[in-house]
Amino acid sequence: MTEFERPDGRKEDELREIKAKVGIIPNADGSAMYQSGDTIAIAAVYGPKKMHPQHKQNPKKGVLRCTYNMNSFSVSDRIKPGPSRRSTEISKIIEWALEPVLDLDKYPNTVIDVHINIIQADAGTRCAGINAASMALAHAGVPMKDLILSISAGKLDKTIVLDLSKEEEDFEDGDGATDIPISMTNSGELTHLQLDGKINSKQLKKAIEMARKSCKKIYDVQKKALKDAVNVGDK
Amino acid sequence: MAEDINSTSETTIRRIREYLKENKRFDKRKTDEFRELIIEKNISKKAEGSVRVRLGKTEVLVGVKVGTAAPYPDSPDKGNLMVTAELLPLSSPRFELGPPKFDAIELGRVIDRGIRESKIIDLEKLVIKEGEKVWNIFIDIYSINDDGNLLDAAGIGALAALKIAKLPKYDEEEEKILYDKCEKNIPLTNVNPIPITVHKIGNKLIVDPTREEEDASETRLTIGISDGIISSMQKGGIVPLKDEEIFEAIDIAEKNWKELFKKIEKIIK
Repeated sequence: MTEFERPDGRKEDELREIKAKVGIIPNADGSAMYQSGDTIAIAAVYGPKKMHPQHKQNPKKGVLRCTYNMNSFSVSDRIKPGPSRRSTEISKIIEWALEPVLDLDKYPNTVIDVHINIIQADAGTRCAGINAASMALAHAGVPMKDLILSISAGKLDKTIVLDLSKEEEDFEDGDGATDIPISMTNSGELTHLQLDGKINSKQLKKAIEMARKSCKKIYDVQKKALKDAVNVGDK
Repeated sequence: MAEDINSTSETTIRRIREYLKENKRFDKRKTDEFRELIIEKNISKKAEGSVRVRLGKTEVLVGVKVGTAAPYPDSPDKGNLMVTAELLPLSSPRFELGPPKFDAIELGRVIDRGIRESKIIDLEKLVIKEGEKVWNIFIDIYSINDDGNLLDAAGIGALAALKIAKLPKYDEEEEKILYDKCEKNIPLTNVNPIPITVHKIGNKLIVDPTREEEDASETRLTIGISDGIISSMQKGGIVPLKDEEIFEAIDIAEKNWKELFKKIEKIIK
């Protein structure tokens, strides 16, 4: 075993503190906030609604359209407002991550807009965004086969860890940091996998297994936040 | 024109006008009364100053970031100010994706002038090396939920965020900003500009309209005011205003400035 200490003292498979809340944007059909440590994401769902312009309509199924956007002041070095190459790619990745659990065949010619906004960033923003979006879609009443759970696994030198902070992402000793954002259904099927760094197959297997275990916790968090939002009116 | 499901119906607009004839509003407010204002500070640790502002169901986030840049050639001895606003599609079914539309551009510009013209930021104290390097102050505004009057909410947020914003240290040798070393506040002068927008519906003047009331508005006047001193104005909309309406609007703005500023002062302490 390697002696490795995480900068914030967490255990290898320990997630940062999670906060989740559903129903935060009154105008939206569904909305949610997901916070992991110092990373805060909010998501709003509008739809299913008629797709405009008409030539973008799909007569066979509804279209899922995600936008991921970081606030200019969510990071130390201000980001220029508006879309970037990075946000364009992540938006598409998020569509791919979420679509497998949606029953879009029932909504031909429509679009479901999922807007994700990062308020504060300390790594793992796409994962937080996906968790927020999963809850917002459920809150909007879009038929879903399952929820989508997202977490970033990683490797710091030789040690597999979960839920990397920015400080850990910038780790440079030994093999440095490997970042593996993963999303999956509660039944365990991967709908999103990315990797940056240096890792072998055996280590990756371990990382995915650890991520899968932690997603059970994230499932409970999402489910509880959704139940809490429904129960508010039950007085 | 096709019926837009997101716009307020003619019936509702007519009812708003009828109610106002008797000085009544749907939510029982007085014509010159704001909704409850809630300000929450430090909503992003990565900003030098940040706030969440709620006016009823309307919500905006405002953050102040600083950076360094070369000064503008016409002001080598002054720092720079830049205000941008994004009306996020997340915050309303009316806002579409794509480049900023007129409403977002106007909002950013009106907030910018309210701050700039009042001279609240002491730009001359934001010089690192004259003619070469100065501080850039960015004020960025994001709408989270639009239930009317985003502009005043954004302006309240801009003032509050500036009031709490810190200036990081600048390492001149390394030419690097040390964002985690903030000791001083951003140098501010003794003014506190808040934009207050007065809307005309029928022959009544109201403040802080909800989305529906904003749709019923015929014309509006935004007054950037600090303790009785006006430093920016913008009239929007086609219907003209009479002199007495303009001065009544200023009286309404002065009165509301006092109450709104009290709330901002509370969060600074």
